[in-house]
Amino acid sequence: MKLARFFLTGIFFGIVLTKAEAVSWYRIYEMFHFQSFHMFGIFGTALVTGVIGLQIIKKKKIKDFKGFPITIIEKEKGFWRYIIGGSLFGLGWALVGACPGPIFILLGTGTYAIAIVLIGALLGTYIYGLLKDKLPH
Amino acid sequence: MEYLLGTWHWSISGFLIGMTMLLLTYFGKSFGMSSNLRTMCSMAGAGKFSDFFKMDWREQKWSLAVVLGCILGGFIAYHFLSNGTGVNLNPDTVAQLQTLSIDAPDGKLLPDAIFSMETLQTPKGFAILLVGGLLIGFGTRYAGGCTSGHAISGLSNLQLPSLVAVIGFFIGGLVMAHFLLPIILKL
Repeated sequence: MKLARFFLTGIFFGIVLTKAEAVSWYRIYEMFHFQSFHMFGIFGTALVTGVIGLQIIKKKKIKDFKGFPITIIEKEKGFWRYIIGGSLFGLGWALVGACPGPIFILLGTGTYAIAIVLIGALLGTYIYGLLKDKLPH
Repeated sequence: MEYLLGTWHWSISGFLIGMTMLLLTYFGKSFGMSSNLRTMCSMAGAGKFSDFFKMDWREQKWSLAVVLGCILGGFIAYHFLSNGTGVNLNPDTVAQLQTLSIDAPDGKLLPDAIFSMETLQTPKGFAILLVGGLLIGFGTRYAGGCTSGHAISGLSNLQLPSLVAVIGFFIGGLVMAHFLLPIILKL
């Protein structure tokens, strides 16, 4: 099964984010009030791991598991889309305490109310698709 | 076992999240959760209304497999890897939440005041969840990524756009947490 490794990666990620409590509305509230180091520690460690890992992949020209060279896609240049889009996402993140990954993970914990957040997120994505060409990027 | 069932230390959690991103990179993919929302819109036929959704969603099946895994992972962690001792907040946070009529965690991941079925059935409770979702969906697509795509993958690759996006996440988050949330919750 070609998709099995991705499914397993997802299970792993879901368990880690739940046990890290990064899916918790409370932890996001606490983070934005700078009342705990927990979330900052998580981001910091993930970043250090990520920076070192990607540097090793680039320096040693490590191939992916199929033997192809790994190319890491650079983000498109721009300013407005990142600052405005980022701020709008931040407003939503602090309101319902979930970013896209945790929305799915929380469905698995049996939180039915998160389905409304998911429907909202799909609608929001759809509205962006309709307005895309009229927005500054 | 206690280590496994309680809150995972931030250093372990962060390391494993970083490794998840590196693992997907090794699989030849890029780590990002919010792009699945676009894929789902495309699957539902949104391509008829906007070219943004005209894509071959089958190429994103791998990412949808990650999403399904996440749901199962949440289920496993919640039912089999928890002992109800988690979410030990700063006592100041708990006291502050009380003034906003938000129940203390007491081992729960989410406050009933926002996520219970009773709250969901009130117009205000429903509106908070829906508007939060709208902002998340619109904002992440506009910014081209969320916490995973920008704060983890993008910053790990030292991308300036991702730094701008993360600054945006915090501008929005701080405005909501400090100014808007107290007003919304007291309405």
